[in-house]
Parts: sequence; structure tokens; C-alpha cells
Amino acid sequence: MRAFEYTSPTTRQQAAELLAGSWEQSAVLAGGTDLLSLMKDDVITPKRVVNIKEIRELHGVHYGARGMQIGALTSLGELADHALVRQHYPAFGDALVEAASQQIRNMATIGGNICQRPRCWYFRSGFGLTPKTPEGKSLVAEGDNRYHAILGNDGPALFVSPSSIVPALIAYGARIRIAGPKGAREVTLEKFFVIPKAEGEREHDLRPNEIVTDIFLPPPAGGRYAHYEVRQKEAFDWPLALAAVALHMNGDTVRSARVVMGYVAPVPWVSAEAEQALVGKTISEQTAQAAGEAAVSQAKPLSRNGYKVQLARVAVKRAILQAAQGKAEGGAA
Amino acid sequence: MADDDEKTPSGVSRREFLKISGIAAAVPLVAPQVVEAAGEKVPVYGPGKVAMSFTINGKKHSAQLEPRVTLLDALRDTFDLTGAKRVCDRAECGACTVLLNNKPVYACTVLAIEAQHQPITTIESLSEGGRLHPIQAAFVEHDAQQCGFCTPGFVMACKAFLDEHPHPTAEQIRYHLNGNLCRCGTYKGIREVIAQMSGTKGA
Amino acid sequence: MAEYKWPAPAERKLIGQRIARVDGPVKVSGRAKYSYDYNPKGLLFGKVLRCPYAHARITSIDTSAAEKMPGVKAVQVVQKPGTEILWQGDDVVAVAAVDEPTAEDAIRAIQVKYEVLPHNVSDSEPPPGAGDGPPGPMSEDDLDDALSNQVPEAQVISRLQKDGVTFQVTDDMTKELKGYGVPDAVINALKAAPYHPEAANQQRPPYQKTAAQTLGDPDKGFAAAEVVSEGIYGAPVITHCCLETHGSAAEWPSPDHLFVHCSTQGVSGLPDQYAQALKISGGNVRAHQDHVGGGFGSKFSPDRWGIATAQLSKSAGGKPVKYMLERDSELMTAGARPSAFARVKVGAKRDGTVVAWQSDSWGTGGPAGAGSPPIPYVFEIPNQRKQHTAVRTNQGPARAWRAPNHPQAAVITMGALDDLAHKLNMDPLEFFTKNLDIAGPRAPIYREEFPIAAELMGWKEKWHPRGDKTAGPIKRGVGLSMHTWGGRGHASNCLLTIHPDGSVDIKMGSQDLGTGTRTAILIVAADSLGIPMNAVTLNIGDTLYPPDGGSGGSTTIGGVSSSTRRAALMALDQLFAKVAPALSAQPADLEAKDGMVRVKSDPSKALSWKQACSKLGAMPVSVTGKNPGPGNLINSGVGGVQMADVSVDTETGIVKVNKMVAVQDCGLIINVKLAESQCYGALIMGISYALFEEKVLDPVTGRMLNPNMEFYRLAGLRDIPELVVHMMTDPLNDNRGVIGLGEPPVISPGAAISNAVANAIGVRVPFLPLTPDRVLAVLEQQQKAGA
Repeated sequence: MRAFEYTSPTTRQQAAELLAGSWEQSAVLAGGTDLLSLMKDDVITPKRVVNIKEIRELHGVHYGARGMQIGALTSLGELADHALVRQHYPAFGDALVEAASQQIRNMATIGGNICQRPRCWYFRSGFGLTPKTPEGKSLVAEGDNRYHAILGNDGPALFVSPSSIVPALIAYGARIRIAGPKGAREVTLEKFFVIPKAEGEREHDLRPNEIVTDIFLPPPAGGRYAHYEVRQKEAFDWPLALAAVALHMNGDTVRSARVVMGYVAPVPWVSAEAEQALVGKTISEQTAQAAGEAAVSQAKPLSRNGYKVQLARVAVKRAILQAAQGKAEGGAA
Repeated sequence: MADDDEKTPSGVSRREFLKISGIAAAVPLVAPQVVEAAGEKVPVYGPGKVAMSFTINGKKHSAQLEPRVTLLDALRDTFDLTGAKRVCDRAECGACTVLLNNKPVYACTVLAIEAQHQPITTIESLSEGGRLHPIQAAFVEHDAQQCGFCTPGFVMACKAFLDEHPHPTAEQIRYHLNGNLCRCGTYKGIREVIAQMSGTKGA
Repeated sequence: MAEYKWPAPAERKLIGQRIARVDGPVKVSGRAKYSYDYNPKGLLFGKVLRCPYAHARITSIDTSAAEKMPGVKAVQVVQKPGTEILWQGDDVVAVAAVDEPTAEDAIRAIQVKYEVLPHNVSDSEPPPGAGDGPPGPMSEDDLDDALSNQVPEAQVISRLQKDGVTFQVTDDMTKELKGYGVPDAVINALKAAPYHPEAANQQRPPYQKTAAQTLGDPDKGFAAAEVVSEGIYGAPVITHCCLETHGSAAEWPSPDHLFVHCSTQGVSGLPDQYAQALKISGGNVRAHQDHVGGGFGSKFSPDRWGIATAQLSKSAGGKPVKYMLERDSELMTAGARPSAFARVKVGAKRDGTVVAWQSDSWGTGGPAGAGSPPIPYVFEIPNQRKQHTAVRTNQGPARAWRAPNHPQAAVITMGALDDLAHKLNMDPLEFFTKNLDIAGPRAPIYREEFPIAAELMGWKEKWHPRGDKTAGPIKRGVGLSMHTWGGRGHASNCLLTIHPDGSVDIKMGSQDLGTGTRTAILIVAADSLGIPMNAVTLNIGDTLYPPDGGSGGSTTIGGVSSSTRRAALMALDQLFAKVAPALSAQPADLEAKDGMVRVKSDPSKALSWKQACSKLGAMPVSVTGKNPGPGNLINSGVGGVQMADVSVDTETGIVKVNKMVAVQDCGLIINVKLAESQCYGALIMGISYALFEEKVLDPVTGRMLNPNMEFYRLAGLRDIPELVVHMMTDPLNDNRGVIGLGEPPVISPGAAISNAVANAIGVRVPFLPLTPDRVLAVLEQQQKAGA
């Protein structure tokens, strides 16, 4: 790790001012589970690290008629064990308990989970988010892309969005609040993720001196939710594909649906095709399968990741079937 | 360039900012610089060595370390508490597991400077006075170790888990004891340790 | 004179029992000190600048900025400008500084320029005709890799004689090779090898084909075969991924004396290796190690970085310098298991008798290719034709990986035979049992083991013809494999002293890799002397003690147990001679049992151990027991059988192991508890390489893409199923003496799991690891073929 200076503000305002206007100069330290690795690997080299964990107001969970408000510094472990999370947002809870390990969940924050950087092995080796060969071709497309994007991969960004929790949050309709030097703004979590068009652009709608402060979840409103991930290892591992779904029913038929896939695109991938395939249908093996097909209908696999199309298809199908059963049994295989 | 003198939000000009944060090896210890942020004075430490103090296994320790030093490296290199091991150094394997505020964390991925005001518990505290903790005795009894390099981390992870879940369900065992890796393949013994300590049949 | 044999079963108090490891408490308490933990006052921290390219030539090195940095105490160029680098992560410059951050900053301040050269990291199937031409003279790297890569001696010698070398062979070089244990025949061939300097810079094709080997009459064999099965099988390059990375601490207590704490599998072998490289006397090098965090075959040398560490210390005035590899350099450079793949054709009579084998195999062990795995494995098929192509790549160099080349051979052979059984419509259990007549010298043990394994697995209930026909995406199946290994004890010296006060101590230059070596030595000593284990003080892991063999190839238990047994019996002879008069008996009439020295025929005539030892007067008894030595205490050759029960999710390609059974012999077992641990550990390691492990190299940049423990996946607690281990502990095995166990049980899991997957889904997944992409690919092919 390169040397840096360290500061530990106690208010949002202080944090916003202590953060610099460029990514090279400063970095936010929350749980640190991603930041420290990025710094050790020389992927990012901030001159100043701003520890925001001392900002008390960014901790905690509140639940009321308007839904749940989660302070961005709330740890994944705290949320995984939270009775109100388990009760009202079980698919979010499933995503939480499946995430990483007890140690990581104790350290990592929900805000940090949202803001973590891609696991793309070229990015982590210092080649950038949209790496190129000396001939100007995509290094990912030419190289080993077995874990890369099958959707949203028309441009130079071929990594996959790394959070295993965000798809469930999007399925629940999460919004986030972001604080910066000019005050706070709110965006839907879905819109927070953007596909970089060129090197130097970020995968988040976040400026260097902004921090995510809160996550808002609307009341679950009688929907049925599920989270399903396909992982190679049952133990601590990144999923190869996952799906989170929300079904809003009208009797036996689907009134509206949300189908969000993870690890398939540079952003959490909300599949309008799958949603359309479900609306007006009763849930069965066939309709779930059809929605799975629809979810990957636009997929364009790279040279080594064709299998992920099948994994995404199955994840969507299984998440839908679990949601329809009204219980969410998360889990690999 | 005009841009160089643009004020950063901290009120430090960029040129000064870069100057104070430039990498310099073995920078002599200096008092923290204090900057004004949102109308309040906030100390900024480093990048050189900073006086730090820790509560490790109930005892006070102090040292002068750069902000970039991890808790793991401080424990091992500065305080000679070498029970926690450096294996992956990237929050992947669990060999460096210690308790911070009584919760298991990867010491390789915590900065020492941020661990200052919280109790730190390492493997060395479990058998102070030479008597093994029952979990440690169970590790020996079930031969839940071979080369032993992952063992201290595993013991800490199991202890923290069993402290929090004295009567764990099979599902809790599945979800909570996956943060440690072993290369020799001692998981069968570790499962027997959990089964014995919790009176369950194991994962 | 003592008769050198093991005590009869009824006489054993400790041998053959289940005894917890003696160093368990110090390890669980975090107080066990590994080389990584060595932390003396004034310790300097080493770091190594490594080449980022898979193939390059160093053109210039500028260390001036680093040298000027405060806190930097020494800078050592490891490989000079002009050197060709053959893999990513190879050492270029080393530094030592007052702390690790400073050392890291110093590394960043060093400027190295490279001429980047074309690389090849692919070990995919060689194109037809590849490697048919002459391979050309051997470079120094070719030779190094051939020697460290299990390439058969005869093959190396014939190549040296025929093709010559591209480098000048010096006396220093041959001395160094001798120090590494290279046989004289190879050294003589090297000295006589034709010198072809002009070939040094020639670009050579990456393929090197061996001569075709035939046995019997393969054409006739296949003509006689009524059923022929053809397939492709293999296993990729994987790493050792030792949790304690390679590395050492070095210091010079005086200008010509080196003291190292080195993470190693062979303490006694280190001094000569350091001495050769540093041009000092081997007698002036002391090596010490209390504990080692894993080796698995990769830790026998100080390595380039270890020599550099010693040089840094020397430059820093002899102060201790410690350098342990970072995780990424460990995975890139500190050891890999060669890959092996093969196209196999195998034929049998309709009754299942295997009659003919043909294989075209290939694989890489890094810059010099790799030797052929021993295929067909276990089975001595009467008619064979086989040929191997070594693929030279810019992957890191290979090292022995637990049971070198056997796991790959098992995957290829047992996979091919399992496919043949399927084609014959036979239960593999019946098929393998039927062919045991050609299963070599351990055939009788397999015959005993198969029914035991089948019973423990519930094979009869679980096996079905290929393709689980039950509804739903989850398909279940079972598979089996078998293996063999030598495991004869290595050279060992046990210095055992009985003091007049009754205390006993042992000094041996051996090491305990976590296999339970300390515990075994104490069990043998205590059982032989009739005293409790804690009455014996054991010192190992230092070159101050008598030299012992390296812990590789499952040779340690045989070595240390027999040398210790001999030492104890020799010491008792001397003790009895002094004690006999006091008991009015002849020395030969005495025995040491239950803490007493007593007359065999009249146990009431006895002295306590302490009283007996006091008869020694002022002089302790000090003896050195050796292996090899008199008596048949050890043996060689084991056979094991393993079975796996798996579920495959045919929609995701995820394989889950439900249960594994290992049945294993290893002669006389000193400590059943730790012997079982070896088997459990091997099954777990086997599940890991069967399902997850693969060193991924980027075709474009030549870099390793997963030099971490995130995408270099090791199985975790939750990935491990029910495991059943059965050790063969009957009088017949007992009488064979002690045999090593570290390697054998890790050989079969990959093959057994691969066969179980084929049984579950009805089609072979050719290569390990059995990842979703590979499983789904064959399912898709199967579906297309069926459509």
C-alpha cells in the first residue's frame, strides 16, 4: 500500500469537505473490505483516506409505515441478523446471509457493498475498467472472460456488477440518498449504476466527494420476493449468476414483476423482457422458464462465457418459482 | 497551472495537499495536521508515522505507525503477536481472524489506526496462563489441524460463532463458518469441534 | 544384541493407538512459531520486485533512487540485465528496509526496463505433427525444469547425449546439481553433452514429443478387443497454495556464518544449497524451523528469493532480513502441478478383460514442458502404445505436488476404464475387480479393499447404469478410483540420549509438516523404552541435529520411525548392560516396560526407569539409530480404493459431492488418529482440485489472472460432505512394517469424482476441475447428439 493521510470526520458535512474533488486524491473508508485490497493491489492510490465510520448518523435501521431506512454504515451482519429485515424483506435477508463470510459481514457496510468496485480480474490487475490490448482491442473480449458480462456488453465495459445484495434491493424498489458538499440528493438504486462508456468513467453515479448515506426500502406491500444465486462453491464465493425477483399478484396472476439479475452485466440488470413475460400469467414451471428465456433473450456471450446465459436463465426461473411459493430458499444448487 | 491552486474542500490548496501527502519513506513523526471542515477542526494524520494506542487482550499497547499499516501487521510485526497469520492479505482466507469489539474480523483488512479505540482480542488471549480454552482443547482432541497455519484463525472464528450462537442450527453453521480456508483439509475435525461444543451433529 | 523389529501387537502400549498430536496445544494457542513469525529485534523486511511479463528480457535496472531512500538497508539485483525471464513474477531485484512499507516504497522506486518477448501460456492440445521435429539442444532452464519435473532420468540422459546443451557446463554447476541430489549418471551425461552455443537464441517450437513407447503388440491387442472405448481426459495446472508462503529469514552471526529460518520440507538439505549459491562452506550454514505452514512438495529449496534474502542480510551487515512471498507471487512462482491431458483408446474382451491401450498425452510443467504421467495407471495392460508431448509454456515452473503425476494419471486412466466399463454395460466395481489380475503387486490389497469400500459407500444401492433416470434437474451418481504409491522411509538419523537422571532426549534434523512426525517419533521412542511420551524430550528442525531426509514422497514416517526404533533398542542394550548386575540377570533377559526395567521371566525383579538409569553412573547413553539399518522395519508399496457419491445440477452444471469413502493400507500404522487425518485431508484437498482449482493464465498478457484466494478457489467447510476413512490394520499389513501415507490418498479423488459425475449425468466431463462451464458444455453436446 502507498502512504496516505488519514482523517476521521464525525459529520456528513465534514466528510464531504474532507473528500477531494478527484478520485486520485481521496477515498472513502467504510468497512474497508474492498478499499484496502484495491489499495494493496495499487488499483487505486488515494492521497487521503477519509474514514466515515465515526459518523454516528449513518448507522442504524428504522422501520415504519413508509418502509425501512438503513444507514449506509450499517454492517451486513447487523442487517442479516435484523428481525425486521428477515420479517419484511426476506429476499434481502437471504442475499445478506449468503454474502461472503461472517468476518466480512461484520466489517462490510451496506453502503460499501453498493459502492464496491468490480471483481474483474483485469481491473484488479491494474488494466482499468475497460482494458485494451496494445492493438486497441478489448482485452476482456480477446482474453479470458469466463466471469464477464453477457448483457449490456455492447460498449467497452465488460465487467460484471459485483454486489450480490443490490439486485434484491432493486427488486424491493430501493432508493439511496447521497450527500455531497452541496447537500443531499436521492436516486433509485437502479439508476445509481451506470455503464462506463470510456476509461476514466465510473460505474456509479457518484462524485469523488459524495458519500452514500441512506438506503430506503418501500413497504413490501404484499409482494412475493426471492433471491437465488448460482455459486461454484457453497462456501464463501462470488456468484456466477443470480436473480432477485418481486412478484405483485392479482389473485393467481402476476400484476407486475421485477426481475433483476446480478453478475451478468456491468450494472445490476433489470430485465424488462422477463417482467413482460410474467405480467398476466399464473406462475408455473413453464411461465417461469419462459421468463428465464426472455431474461436472456438479448444476451450476447463473449468467447468463454456462453454458459452464463444458461446460469442466468436458470437463476431467473428458480427465483420466480421460489417467490411464487412464497418462501425464499436462497442458495447454490 | 491555475488549477493547482484551486482550493480543495478541506481548505488546503491542492499544491499543499499534494505536498503533505507526497510519499516519503520513514517520514519523521509529526503531530497531526488540523484542517477545518464544515466549520470544525478535524485532525488529519500521516502520511508519516502517527502515535497510536491499542487495547489488545485487555492490555494497553502503543506504537508509532503509518496510517497504511494494517491491524494484522501491527499485531505481528510491532507487538509480536504472531498467532494471527498473514496468508491471503485480501480478506479471503480468515487466517488473520481476530475479534474487534468482540466480533470476528479479518485483521489484514482493518487499518491499525481505525482499530485504536476498540477492544482487540487475539488468539493469544484464549490460553493465557497455559490452559487451553475448551474450543482449543476440542481442536486438539478432534485433530482439527495439520500444518496449523489456518488454525488460530479458525479457532477465533469458531469461538466468536459459538459465543454468539451457543446452540447453533445446522443452517447457522452453514452460513457462519465459511470465512476461513484450510489447505491441509482439516474441515472434518473442525466440524466435529463445532458438534462437540454445541451439542449438535455438526454442519 | 537387540533384534530390530516392531513389538508384537499385544506388547504395544502406544504404537497403533489413536493419539492426539503432541504439538496440537502450541498450534491451537497461536504460540507455534513458523518461519513467517520469526521476529527478532532489529529485523529488516525484504521485498522483491518481480517481472510483470510472462516472457521478457531485462534490458536495464536502475536501483539508485531506492538505494538513497531513508530506511532502505540493502538492494540486491537478483537477475541482471540481459537475463531472459520465462514467467510472470520471476525475481528481478530484492530490497531490505526497516519496515515493510518502506521496503514496498523502495520497490516502487526501482526502474526496470524489459524487452517484452512473445509468450505462450496455452497447454491446449498440440496440433497434429507438433513436436515431431528434433527438440534441439537443452538450455539451462530446460534442464532445471526437466530435473525438477519428474522427467525420467533415462529420458534426460538420452536427450543430453543426443541433442546436447546450449550452455557451457562448469564444475560449479555440476557441483550444485549434485548438491540438489541429481544422480551421477545425469551429471556425467551433462558433462559429456555436445555444446551448441549457436542454439541458445534460436526460437524453438513449444512442443517436444517423446518417442512412441510400445508394450506387447498394440495392433493385435486392439484387433482382439471386442469393445473399444475412446475418450479425452485430463487435469489442468494447479498450484500448491501453501498457507504459509515460501520464504525465510536470514542473518549472519559472523561474516562467514549464515543462520536461516526457512519455511521448508527439508531442513537438513538446506545448508548445502545455500552454501553452493553463496560460495561458503555448508558447515557454516545453520537452518532452523519449528513449524511449517504447508509444503505439499513445493518447499525443498531456499529458492532464488531465499538466496537473495541471505545476500541482503550480508549487505546489511548481517542483520536479520525476513522475506516471505506475497500471496500473488506464491501462486505465480512458488510451485504448480503440471497439467496432463490425453486422448485414450482402450479395448477389452466382451467379458471385461482389458487387452489394449493407446494414448496420446500432453501437458505443461512450465518452461521445459513436463514428463509423461505414469499411464496407464496401476493396470499393466498387456498391449500398449503411447506417446507424450511436453508443451513448453511461460507458466511458472512446476514443482512436485503431493504424489507427483499420479492424480493426473488416475484421472486419465480411471476415466478411460470407467468409460470402457460403461460401453461394456458393466458395473465399474465388477469391471475393475475383474481386471485386478493385472493391477500389479498390490492386487491382493485392492481385492480386500473394494468390498469394504463398496459396503461403506452403499455402492450396490447407489450405483445405476450411466445417467440418473429420476425426474428433476438433480442427478446423482457414484464413481470409483484406485491408486498406488511407494512410500519407503528416507535416510534418517535419530540421536537418542538416556541420561543418568532418567531423562531422555532425541535430536533429529527432521521436520513436522503437520503430518504428525513429532508425535510418531515420541510414540515409537516411548513405546520402545516403556516410558510415557512426555518423559521424552524431542528436538527436531535444526541442522545442529543429525541430518534427516526431506519430507517428500511419503518417506518421513518410515524414516523417522525406524531410526527412532533402532536408536531406542540400541540405547536399551547399553542400559541393560549396566542394569543387569543390579538385577542379577543377563542383559538379554531384561525388558523396559511400564516405566520399569525388569526381568522378563520374573517381572517382580525390577527397577524403576529412574533407578535403572542411575546405574549409568556419570555417563549418559547416547546412540544414533539410522535408517536404512538392520531389521525389516519399513516397506514400500501401498494400494488404495476410493469412491465418490455426487449430485449434479444439470441446469447449472454445479457438482456437489455427497459422500466420499477412502480405504487405504499403509503397512504398520504408528498413530491411527493422525493416519486417518492424512486421509481425510487428502479427500478434502482432492475435492478441491476436482471441483475448483485451476491456475488461470491470460492468453493475451500471459499473466496469471487468479493469483489470490478469491478466484483460485479452495474448498471451504461448507463444500465438504460426509467422509469415511477405513485404514487396513490387519496382521498382514502390520507385518509389512511402516509405509508412508502422505501421497496415496490424494491421488484418487479427482478420478472418483469425475467418474461419479459421468455416472450421474450419463456423459464424461473430460477435464478437471468440474466447473459449471465444463459440465454444461457436455450436457449441451449430449442434448444435441440425442436430438
